[in-house]
Amino acid sequence: MKLLFSILFSAFFGTVAWADWHTFRGPDATGQNADARSFSVAEDSIVWAADLPGEGVGSPVIVGDRLYVSASSGPHQDQLHVLCFSVADGSLLWERQFWATGRVMHHKKTAVAAPSLVTDGARIFAHFSSNDLLCLDLEGNLEWLRGLTLDYPNASNSLGLASSPAMAGDVLIVQVENDSQSFAAGIDSKTGINLWKVDRTKKANWSSPVIYAGTDGKPIVVLQGSAGLDAVDPRTGDPVWSFENGASTSTSTAVGSDGRLYVPSNGLTVLQPGEASVPATVWLSDQLSPGTSSPVVRGGLVYVVTRSSILTSASTEDGERLWRLRLQGPISSSPVIAGRNLYVVSENGLLQQVDLDAPEGEVVGTLDLAETILATPALSHGSIFLRSDHKLWRIGKP
Amino acid sequence: MKHLRLSLLSGFLLLLPALAGAQSPSFSTEVEALLATDLEGAGNVEAQQAWKVIVHEAEAEDLMTLLGAIDSRRPLASNWIRSAVETIASRQETLPVEDLKSFVLSLDGDPKARDLGFQLLRRGDAATAEKLIPDFLQDNSLPLRRLSVAERIETAQALVEAEPEAAKEVYREALEGARDVDQIQTVTKALRDLGETVDLPKQMGFLTHWQVIGPFDNTDREGQARVFGPEKSLDPAKTHQGKFGEVKWQPLTTADEFGMLDFNKPYGLLKESVAYAMTEYEAPEERDAEIRIGCKNAWKVWLNGELLFERDEYHRGIRIDQYSMPCRLKKGKNQILVKCCQNEQTETWTVDWKFQLRVCDSNGTALLATNRPPTPTPEPGADEGRRRR
Repeated sequence: MKLLFSILFSAFFGTVAWADWHTFRGPDATGQNADARSFSVAEDSIVWAADLPGEGVGSPVIVGDRLYVSASSGPHQDQLHVLCFSVADGSLLWERQFWATGRVMHHKKTAVAAPSLVTDGARIFAHFSSNDLLCLDLEGNLEWLRGLTLDYPNASNSLGLASSPAMAGDVLIVQVENDSQSFAAGIDSKTGINLWKVDRTKKANWSSPVIYAGTDGKPIVVLQGSAGLDAVDPRTGDPVWSFENGASTSTSTAVGSDGRLYVPSNGLTVLQPGEASVPATVWLSDQLSPGTSSPVVRGGLVYVVTRSSILTSASTEDGERLWRLRLQGPISSSPVIAGRNLYVVSENGLLQQVDLDAPEGEVVGTLDLAETILATPALSHGSIFLRSDHKLWRIGKP
Repeated sequence: MKHLRLSLLSGFLLLLPALAGAQSPSFSTEVEALLATDLEGAGNVEAQQAWKVIVHEAEAEDLMTLLGAIDSRRPLASNWIRSAVETIASRQETLPVEDLKSFVLSLDGDPKARDLGFQLLRRGDAATAEKLIPDFLQDNSLPLRRLSVAERIETAQALVEAEPEAAKEVYREALEGARDVDQIQTVTKALRDLGETVDLPKQMGFLTHWQVIGPFDNTDREGQARVFGPEKSLDPAKTHQGKFGEVKWQPLTTADEFGMLDFNKPYGLLKESVAYAMTEYEAPEERDAEIRIGCKNAWKVWLNGELLFERDEYHRGIRIDQYSMPCRLKKGKNQILVKCCQNEQTETWTVDWKFQLRVCDSNGTALLATNRPPTPTPEPGADEGRRRR
């Protein structure tokens, strides 16, 4: 219905209002966009390419006709960038730079600009592995900033931090989980001041917070870590429920769909949170084990990309495995879905389009971008947006 | 009539400032608000408002005032001000090139501010900016210094074939100026390839002579918090109860290029163990300094009995200057004590039980102790490994 309305609106007024992409894995962190239509991936599918400074593995976010992305540069990777590009033509609209105030050491495979941006539609929030946290408006005006390692001197990870922040209403949720001073916090998005802060397990963790609607429709924050999941009230940090059967601490993060949570835990575990302090386990399967990418759910099926780069499809009802499709890997980023197609990019820069409605899944399009790509794509404007360290692409003509 | 003349005069006097060009606001109140930002978002609300005022009202001529307000010792405020400077600069058609050049050349200015000023100067007049680079070799701004070192390296590389002696001279200049590890390594290799000697531990200020004692127990990683004997007494003659019995201090030196002290050498590939290393550093004067450590085990560092910092992370990586600890050296003897904890992990990449430590100023310039012994000679075969590195 929303799509029909957009088309009619467009026909009448000559414009299209595309859905934004506000966070890592998009609206509701599901890896899908409500009005995203499939598009073909082929050698001639590149709409534009733009240059990026330094390094970065965080996903871009999109608000209206603008795309925002972070980067880090300099011989010490201590120059932090937030950039704004035109979605239409890839022109750079503005760029802001900051000095890192925390530690910039990281594994060579990641970057200081590792966490994805998040936006509430009016402001951009950027978290960096140096534990710098910035808030800018959509025009690049600084609203506030924090240096979380200045605040908490042992809150750092020598391999790098990568958890992407999330928005729960007007509360910015950050997970800074590491072997030493490990915590999660709810931060007033207007001022950058803590609303709450809770200690977390002292173990490095690169997964990201997830926001889902509780039984009363109000947002709940799910913090994933080595011990499992902790759901908390976004305004107070007060515990709501806990799942203590362990979970992935890689970037592979739970996804919510139809009131359930699909969690990278013991393979894949599906939880049904309710009123109880421990959510019910619907099923679990050790044959559905995501690598570093997050699962996606569509039309009664859940899809995971394993460490062996095998795309596996399973029923959301009971986890029965339906088909497996070998992709070209290795794959670090998470897949995204538009229409009937799943899009995933390999670390070597091969963008792969998979027809999910084909009986055994089928790769129906590829595009070799020939650069190392670890970031999860963004979907909007009938296109897919990808970034490497040095390049930003819009691919797929609407 | 007299009334009319007075009214006209009053009106004229009121108009004078407008006619002369209104005086540019100083933004002192607003800058103070940015400088007042502090930990955990303190001052953010006021800074937010102040930033908007500055950015809304400031023009190109105000950039110098703002640059002058940057203080590297206040990293949060520095970012607030930098952001304002860049936002204002981005909407200017021309930048105050002469003022920026003077600012960059004021050698006692804040290093971060001068680097930002140089970036703006480059944007406004790249040719003028480039001409300044050769003079940055001993600059207090490390990014500016790096540019100058890079130029020297490029010059030396071009001279190697035809004029190797001249190349050596330029490389030596570059080495004196270099503070970034990658540049130091590049120049050191180049000089050694030309047959020159470089005492890298001395160049960088790594401490190479230690007394060590251990092992003590670190079961369940509890050793980090436990206070073992060496933390109570640094008497080198004293013995202590260790993990397997009585233990005493013994000398341990390192010939490693980057001062890496390896506890596996005296104690073996132990797990769940703690060892200490102590050294006496004689400073010629009381002064501010930094103790910089690289370590992938949990560690603690004390200076003259005061705990500088501790870290309980294991096997997530090691690098030179991984952690920098500001400190105050006494004139004369200073005792540095390092506690290094090995945990229970059994993966092959977790056998390391070691650290490297150097004493330098805030720019990374080595501060050499007056009692510094000669750098130990590497073991046979180590030269080859060093060159490969």
